[in-house]
Amino acid sequence: MTRHRPPLPVSPAEASGAGGAAAYGRVKPSGVDTTHGAILYLEEVTVSFDGFKALNRLSLDIGVGELRCIIGPNGAGKTTMMDVITGKTRPTSGTVFFGQSIDLTGLDESQIAHAGIGRKFQRPTVFEHHTVFENLELAMKADKRVRATLRSRLGGEQIDRIGQTLELVRLTREAGREAGLLSHGQKQWLEIGMLLMQEPLLLLLDEPVAGMTDAETERTGELLDELRGRHSLVVVEHDMEFVTRIADGGRVTVLHEGSVLAEGSMAAVQADPKVIEVYLGR
Amino acid sequence: MSGAAIPAGRPLDAYARKPLFSPAMWTGLSAAVVVLGSLPLLNLAFPAGHPLHVSAYAVALLGKFMCYALAALALDLVWGYAGILSLGHGLFFALGGYAHGMYLMRAIGRDGAYGSDLPDFMVFLDWKAYPWYWSFTEHFWYAMLLVVAVPGALAFVFGYFAFRSRIKGVYFSIITQALTFAAMLLFFRNDTGFGGNNGFTDFKRILGFDITAPETRAALYWVTLAALAGFLVAARAVTQSKLGRVLTAIRDSESRLRFIGYEPLGFKLFVWTLSAMMCGIAGALYVPQVGIINPGEMSTETSIEMVIWVATGGRGTLLGPIIGAGAVNGLKTWFTSVFPEFWLYALGLIFVLTTLFLPQGMVGLARRLAARRGEQA
Repeated sequence: MTRHRPPLPVSPAEASGAGGAAAYGRVKPSGVDTTHGAILYLEEVTVSFDGFKALNRLSLDIGVGELRCIIGPNGAGKTTMMDVITGKTRPTSGTVFFGQSIDLTGLDESQIAHAGIGRKFQRPTVFEHHTVFENLELAMKADKRVRATLRSRLGGEQIDRIGQTLELVRLTREAGREAGLLSHGQKQWLEIGMLLMQEPLLLLLDEPVAGMTDAETERTGELLDELRGRHSLVVVEHDMEFVTRIADGGRVTVLHEGSVLAEGSMAAVQADPKVIEVYLGR
Repeated sequence: MSGAAIPAGRPLDAYARKPLFSPAMWTGLSAAVVVLGSLPLLNLAFPAGHPLHVSAYAVALLGKFMCYALAALALDLVWGYAGILSLGHGLFFALGGYAHGMYLMRAIGRDGAYGSDLPDFMVFLDWKAYPWYWSFTEHFWYAMLLVVAVPGALAFVFGYFAFRSRIKGVYFSIITQALTFAAMLLFFRNDTGFGGNNGFTDFKRILGFDITAPETRAALYWVTLAALAGFLVAARAVTQSKLGRVLTAIRDSESRLRFIGYEPLGFKLFVWTLSAMMCGIAGALYVPQVGIINPGEMSTETSIEMVIWVATGGRGTLLGPIIGAGAVNGLKTWFTSVFPEFWLYALGLIFVLTTLFLPQGMVGLARRLAARRGEQA
């Protein structure tokens, strides 16, 4: 009753056995191949809904270990971009590669999650009727097929990992509570914790501090600082002050009408007249 | 079920390793099994008129209710946990019943009204031999295999296409309803080879024992009780496992679950097929005790009644649907003897009142009262 999970697609070069004799004897790199220093490439991605181009030939790449902030006015295509990366929306044209060899446009949501991309939604979407602990347990990286799930028993090491994550997102004392009873900020952290349990290579955070109190925002900034360097992070955010704080000299990308308007440090972007015109100046 | 003592060691272990049932629950369940199990003994041991005598009628009635309870338990697994509302579980129940009925019909042998090797309805239709799908049904164990395999296979194939197409909610429910209705029309036809609208009846023996003998009836009752208790524990093990938590996550937010790397199809298919098989077993236990199976069991009302048992008892609680099946059917037995024509109105009223005032059913009410008492103390 378990469904066969198709293997991740092999890159065209490997599929065709490029190099004749070298076709065998070369070990396919396991997992995500990031030999060129980038974890995610979007190239000329277009998504059109009935003629409206939510993404218009968007090209973007994210480096390994980078914390990239993406800003842009409403309707700039930020959420659509996230949808394309996570397989929720198929691009009309263009390519999306995870590492060197995984073509995300051919995978569905759960396969992409398995490949190592975790997404935090704009609204917190935790499992409200499960406890905080159970939410993390469900999210934990594991064999997620039916039989393995039925037999799964948590080992001491796994319990410790859940404990560490609880510690990191400051929810240790809430472990036994139903997630639906948490405050808004706590739910957001729980969701980040769930992402971390999947040990993703790339984390997508959609407006992580929307609706948070100042204290919660500050705490979220600290949390992202702790994750910086350990994971590649893409943060989509409206809150300029927060972006300035977490960008910390790193690159910021400004989207406008479905493509990249500007890219650079926060200071450079803020000084860009095009950006001021469409976004910051208003 | 909550409030178990937190074992020593790492504090998180308490959340990770929950017991199947609390000690109090185990005690209660064992007591219930002992009490229910002793009733046929009281029937056999004491003559009618003795104060400790339990009538054969009461034993037969409880045996029937336990079959209903098993069906309700099966429905709770899919509806209460995975959020898949089936309005066609009567079909699986009936298929299990028919599969067992085929064996029981052949066990009649030449004792039928026409004294033929074939069942009376086939003689009546002037059939000369059993149709191919009756092959081997004279073997009890083969019939038992069919009891789980036929509902299981149908559920698996139907579920695969429905879940793969991501058919959910009310659309899924309507299709299950249509499925059982179509099957009922099929089974009503004489040509289908299952006795048309009369179905199977007039059983004489099971495994060589006289099917009407009090001892045989007691044995069937005990088998039913054992099946119900066994499946309750099994269902609890499933719902307490990580798979159980995945099922409730499917119920609450299926798309979210996909994003953390689970493919819901296999999980839904697993619980759906398991539930259909359990329902088939319930039907197979029902037929020899009630003595008849006909396409009426596939009617839409039967399936909807099952949903009401679950809702009344409390969906997503396992124990609730068992209690609900007993309570609603107990009421039905009383009602249909006093005001038979008003039963359907009463049933509708029960459902409306439950939905409005007891969203978690009787078990939910009991838990609320217990919680309130806990607060006052």
